[in-house]
This record gives sequence, C-alpha cells and structure tokens, in this order.
Amino acid sequence: MESYIMIGFSVFLGALFVGGAIICSKILAFHSPEGQRKVQPYECSENPIGDARIRFKVSFYIFALLFLLFDIESLFLFPCMKIFKSVVTGQHGSISPVVLFSELFVFVFILFAGLIYAWRKGVLTWE
Amino acid sequence: MNQLPTEKIFPVHNSIGDLVRHLLPGSAEYVNGFLTIASLLLVVALLPVFLIWLERKVAAHFQARLGPMRVGYHGLLQSTADGLKLIFKEVLVPEGADRFVFFLAPILPASATFLVMTILPFDHHLQVADPAGGVLFALGISGLSILGILLAGWSSNNKYSLLGAMRSGAQMVSFEISLALIMLLIVMVTGTASLREIVLSQQGTILDWWIFKLPFLGFIAFMMYMISSTAELNRAPFDISEAESELTGGFATEYSGISFAMFFFAEFVNMFVSAGLAATFFLGGFLAPQFGIGPIDAAFDFIPGFVWFFCKTFLVIFLYMWFRWTFPRLRIDQLMYLEWKMLLPANLVLLMGAGFFLAMGWTL
Repeated sequence: MESYIMIGFSVFLGALFVGGAIICSKILAFHSPEGQRKVQPYECSENPIGDARIRFKVSFYIFALLFLLFDIESLFLFPCMKIFKSVVTGQHGSISPVVLFSELFVFVFILFAGLIYAWRKGVLTWE
Repeated sequence: MNQLPTEKIFPVHNSIGDLVRHLLPGSAEYVNGFLTIASLLLVVALLPVFLIWLERKVAAHFQARLGPMRVGYHGLLQSTADGLKLIFKEVLVPEGADRFVFFLAPILPASATFLVMTILPFDHHLQVADPAGGVLFALGISGLSILGILLAGWSSNNKYSLLGAMRSGAQMVSFEISLALIMLLIVMVTGTASLREIVLSQQGTILDWWIFKLPFLGFIAFMMYMISSTAELNRAPFDISEAESELTGGFATEYSGISFAMFFFAEFVNMFVSAGLAATFFLGGFLAPQFGIGPIDAAFDFIPGFVWFFCKTFLVIFLYMWFRWTFPRLRIDQLMYLEWKMLLPANLVLLMGAGFFLAMGWTL
C-alpha cells in the first residue's frame, strides 16, 4: 500500500513539474497578433486542400484489433508465468510442473493457431 | 551478498530528516521520504537535458563532426539554452485544431514519465516504489505515450500529423506485444514481477545475469528486447512516424514552444526508462559485476550500486544511439512484417522453450 502512496505522490509531482513549465511559458512567452497565414496548417507553404481528418487505411484498424487480442492473451498468461517458478521448485505441492506446462502449451498453441489463421487470411500483409 | 530487508524502501537519515523529525514528530518518516523522492525525481527529470546533448554529440562524432561546442564546455549547456528558448516561444494553435486535445496531448506523456521512473530500482534502497506487479505497471504506463501521440495527430488538423500519428500508433501497439512477451519470459524464469526482486535474482557472478543465460533466454531475448524497445520509442531505424523526408515533423509538425518541448522531454525520459529496464532485466541492474576473482570483486563491490545502474543504463542508451547511425529506416510494411511474422512467432517459441526447460527441471 505504501508504494502506491509514493506513486500517487509522484503523479502529483509530475503534474506540478509540467504545470509549472506551462505556466512559466504562459507568462514569459512572446505573443504576436494572429494573422491568417500564421495559423494555417503547415504543409510546406502549400495552401491546404480540404480537411485533414480524412479517411485512412483500414489496415490500421485491423492491426489495432489484433493488438487488442494478443495483448489481452499475454495478460492472461501473466498469472500463470508468475507462479511457474514456484511450481517447479515445489512450493505448490499439488500442481505438477509438467501438467502446468501442458496447459500453458495448449493455450499458447491456440494463440499461435490464431496467428497462423490471420497470416493465411492475408491480414498481416501490409499493402 | 546478503538478502536485503524489503519492508522499508526509504530508510533515509539526513539533516533534512532530522529537522522534519524535530518539527513534526510522527509524520517525519513520510515527509522525509517525500522530500527524498522529490529530489530524486527532479534530478532524473533533468536527465533529458543531458541526454539531448549526448545524442547530438554521439551523432556528430559518428559523422566526424564536433557537434555543439559553443555554449558551455564542449556545448554542455546547449540543451539548457534550447529549453530556455522554447519556454520563451509562442505556442501556435493551427486553424481548425481541437484546442483542448491539442494542449492535453503533450501533457499526458510528459507527466506520465514521472510514473515510470518511480519503479526503477536505482540502488538497493533507492527505489521510490516497488509494487508487486512492477512489470505490468511499466507496460501499462508505456501505453500512455501512444495515447499522447494519437491525440496530437488527430487534434492538429494537419495531414502530416494524422499520418504520422496513425503510423506510429500502429507501430507502437504492434511492438508492445513482443515487449510484453519478453517481460513475461523474465517473469517466468524469475518467478516474480517486482523489479527489485528481478535484480536480486541475478546475484552471483557476471554469468548469473540473464543476458548470459542460454539457450532459451539471454542474448536472443536481449536482442529482441532491444529491437522492440527501439520501435516502441519511435527511434531510428523505426522512426517512420517522423520520417523527415516524407512527413516533415510527423505527429509533432504543428507543435511549437513549450508543447513541443514536452513531447521531447517525454521521449528522452522514456528512452532512459527503457534502457533502465533493459539493465534491470538483463544486465543485473544495480549489482556490481563479479568475476570470481577476490580483489577485483571487492573493488567493484565497493562502488555504490546506483553508479553501476547508471553505467549499464548509459551503455544501453549508447546502443540506441549507435543503432540510429547504423541502420537505414524501414518502410511500414517491412516493419509490420518484422513484428508480426518474425518477432511474434519467435517470441512464442522462446516462451515455450523456456517453459519446457523449466518444467523438465533443467537448469537454465
């Protein structure tokens, strides 16, 4: 619990540091009057055409979905990995390390099969 | 080396502590601890100033130039001067930008940097917090910098920013998976997720460091960590998000003044943190290298742990800088190929191999 108090304190410290820098800049920074050219989005001196929030490649979305899948899977693996060593050294008497490993293997195998499936479907190829 | 007590992380006894103890009996330990943390974190927060100077110097010497020389001794004060200049600059908000998100975007990653630094074990007792799930904590916070970049890209109302942010979002989330799997590997072989205990699991000679453990961990895992963390940091050769020749400034194109400085502050602290994590996971963290030769071991053991920690961290940082001037930039399709078709399967195989070794009761 104590460690989380410390972490909370450093969040406060971070906010203070960043806030301080921004307030300093607000007071000290030079402000010139706004002109039309000044606030134009920077496109290397060309006049921007249309809105910048355009439709982008659907691949980004697919990779985000894949990330979600694999990240959550690796989170599920986490508790199992945490006790793996203590099972091997015999601190959890009732569980056999071989059984634990087989279960782990099945889980990762299914994960791997999912990856192969996505691969065969051509999802992983960026065109 | 003895097993160290874990209950008190900050047993600091100094003159400030005595003063506080005198003025506020009872709360003294907390106030003292907070003051120490504040000073430690502020010192570390000033590291980017040094790191930016180092980056420029290393780059210059790789190209047979001198780099910054004018401000201070060998240009040591150059980045301080740059930082001061950026404070005095106006923050421009482009037309049609989402003002609130535009200002929020650099603040998020910059204040999150203090969070990750808290869990780095600088020395036996020099660690702000040691949560039981420190590895998970580090992974979770590293997601915040992706958020900052995506917010910046979307709010800027600039096509370069949007493209850069989308690319780097896709890149960072992809490589985060292999980073997570390598951390899982470390958790598996050490049996703990607290960073301090991971360091303490490497006690012994230099051959007990995880980098030298073969065949399923060690150098391969270290290389994979380096590749994924370089990509996670958006550094060359994986810097497609701000590929100057294609996207001008990437997600930071529209940023100026203090907001721009915030992004780069966060970037360099993140570099320090992931180098520090590499030192913790693979290079024995704050432990002194021991060779099994009496006098050398004693001499190395005499040097305080945080010196070793910083030596190892800066070694890894130098590797990051070296990569930048050695490898050509990858295209985004090559990047995705590298992660999803090479690193991820290799990671899963590595994980299962190490699990098999452990389950069979063989020593790693």
